[in-house]
Amino acid sequence: MNVRSQVSMVFHLDKCIGCHTCSIACKNIWTDRKGAEYMWWNNVETKPGTGFPTAWEDQDKYNGGWACEDGQLRLKSTSKAKTVFNIFHHPNMPTMDDYYEPWTYDYQHLFNAPEGPDQPTAVPISMVTGELINIKSGPNWDDDLGGSPIYAEHDPNLKGLSEEQRQQLFAVERLVFFYLPRICNHCLNPSCVASCPSGALYKRGEDGIVLLDQNRCRAWRACVAACPYKKTFFNWSTGKSEKCILCYPRLETGQAPACFHSCVGRIRYLGVLLYDASRIEEVAKSPAEELVEAQRSIILDPHDPAVAAAARANGIHDSVIESARRSPVYKFVKEWKIALPPHIEFRTLPMLFYVPPMAPVMAAKETGPVKNVSDDLFHDIEEARVPMRFLANLLGAGNEGKVRYALRKQKAVRWYRRALTVGDVSHAQAAEMLAQADCTPEEAEAIYRLTSLCTFDDRFVIPPMHREEAIEMLVDPLEHKQNAGFGFLTGPRRGL
Amino acid sequence: MNSASTYLDHFFFLALPYVAFFTFFFVTIERYRNRKFTYSSLSSQFLENQQHFWGLVPFHYGILVVITGHIVAFLVPREVLWWNSKPLRLYILESTALVFAILAAVGLVAAMIRRVSVSKLRRVTSPVDWLLFALLLLQILLGIEVSIRYPWGSSWFATSLTPYLWSVAWLSPDLSYVSPLPWHVKFHIINAYLLILLFPFTRLVHILVIPNPYLWRKPQVVRWYRPPMGA
Repeated sequence: MNVRSQVSMVFHLDKCIGCHTCSIACKNIWTDRKGAEYMWWNNVETKPGTGFPTAWEDQDKYNGGWACEDGQLRLKSTSKAKTVFNIFHHPNMPTMDDYYEPWTYDYQHLFNAPEGPDQPTAVPISMVTGELINIKSGPNWDDDLGGSPIYAEHDPNLKGLSEEQRQQLFAVERLVFFYLPRICNHCLNPSCVASCPSGALYKRGEDGIVLLDQNRCRAWRACVAACPYKKTFFNWSTGKSEKCILCYPRLETGQAPACFHSCVGRIRYLGVLLYDASRIEEVAKSPAEELVEAQRSIILDPHDPAVAAAARANGIHDSVIESARRSPVYKFVKEWKIALPPHIEFRTLPMLFYVPPMAPVMAAKETGPVKNVSDDLFHDIEEARVPMRFLANLLGAGNEGKVRYALRKQKAVRWYRRALTVGDVSHAQAAEMLAQADCTPEEAEAIYRLTSLCTFDDRFVIPPMHREEAIEMLVDPLEHKQNAGFGFLTGPRRGL
Repeated sequence: MNSASTYLDHFFFLALPYVAFFTFFFVTIERYRNRKFTYSSLSSQFLENQQHFWGLVPFHYGILVVITGHIVAFLVPREVLWWNSKPLRLYILESTALVFAILAAVGLVAAMIRRVSVSKLRRVTSPVDWLLFALLLLQILLGIEVSIRYPWGSSWFATSLTPYLWSVAWLSPDLSYVSPLPWHVKFHIINAYLLILLFPFTRLVHILVIPNPYLWRKPQVVRWYRPPMGA
């Protein structure tokens, strides 16, 4: 057992209102720079929809992630031999057209335009060329276009859906969609790291954050092609790749990342997971339908004294182990099993988990209120307008059972609370539902509290990062103390 | 030989190489130590993907084979001469080199056209890039001309240029090998020194950071501040 700690995340999709506050918080801090205008380290997509960059989930198009063949894991986009030949031109490199060309408006014209018979306008100007631009797409171009035949219909997750199920999703006036906020998943088996010819990408040993060393990046572009979530971005101005850094400067000072902190719907949770690093490869090689369970099995119980001892032996601080015990992510993923990894069939073992959304599932199928009396208490989950198949393609590597389990438990918790507070559901019925959903009243209460009444400190259990100790590894602490507090920062100047 | 041309020979074949190599080593090291961030291939594939293939791939393969040929003739001249002792083998070597040189020229021209024609690319193309393009194109065209006009380059390189280059390397330059060469060849050599001189000030530095460790490193990279005992 090789215990490591990983800062992990849960996004509760049922609570996401699609307001994009997270995206803006991130953009304002990190990507409001030349060359990074088009990047959205955090973005919110409408599902069904094509997302950002367009159809990123379609690995027939982008060749991201890992393939498991003959018991061997290999990158789809590259290999040691291919790197030699693809270094001049990467065949799987997306271009700016797959994202969008960033633009601004010629606002000055509103002030400077000569007097005339009509109102002056601010024309769109490309932020790359500075020339007039005919806008063809932009960030979130398919926002809320759930039923769109141009966008939603091309969602790669629709694969395997019957014609009837598709019609259900796209029925006029009853179309359905939900939101999928995305950041870097800080994977356990990151394909971006494994693909980087320069070794610029790395996983931080202490907290598992995946970072890209700007001084070592040489613009070979392999990470952009290899990340199946398309969460490494190429800065066209500096000639370096960049990615979400999980706001590590904030985490190191005990603050939640900007997108987490600003979340209006309070959908985001952050905490430490302890996992067994010696099993990463074995788990990543699991058969597709077993991947969700396999990834859960690599996450260790921080309450287990043997795990704690092994963690301690591996240099993980007691305070971090204690933080792992209070981790909301551990509860959602491991104890309650209602948070699922996105597209784990890409085999990168993402450490961002999603609680599948109830809202579009539970919404009335017929006109009128949802029936709550039926022989099968969970009938509406099976008859949901978002077909189980769709959610399973997105969050279960095609395994409907995992999604169904998470939805049934969520519904049981709702009905349990309804019996307590509204009273239109009998206690017997609520108890029956809890039993059928593999949930106890105590667990239901805990899920309810962490979902609905969660405070800032409940949602973000940020482990102490102990940077004061990390300093020792770099310089003598006394010398560091004498030098800290004043210095120079140089901007990222592009090479000649 | 008149004194003016002797003076020029001294300048270009005695002084210039040392200036070029000193600058090369001094500035590349200084740049790597102080401005590491600027070491990048500065790829523009993200902005334009189609023409990129038809320019960059032929250029790189072409130039790599041609430069390798020059280095081989520099390092093992005897073996090159032995190889060329059979006419058929000589023809194979010369025609292969010519094909790759033309490949490099075509690729470079395609890359230059791409840089002009795509407006997004003009934004990421500096004046230094254009200077580099011009010198490289000149160098390749001169090389092609020399190889056609003065056959068989692979043999006379080994007998006259290799000794000169080694004499420069051993810090006792012997100009008697280069002075009698035709001006096309001299120009090719001078331009090569210019490219070496400008190397550290251009994007050419990406050649120095070819990521060969990738071929033997483990797929995953973890960096620790405080590595665990077992790691």
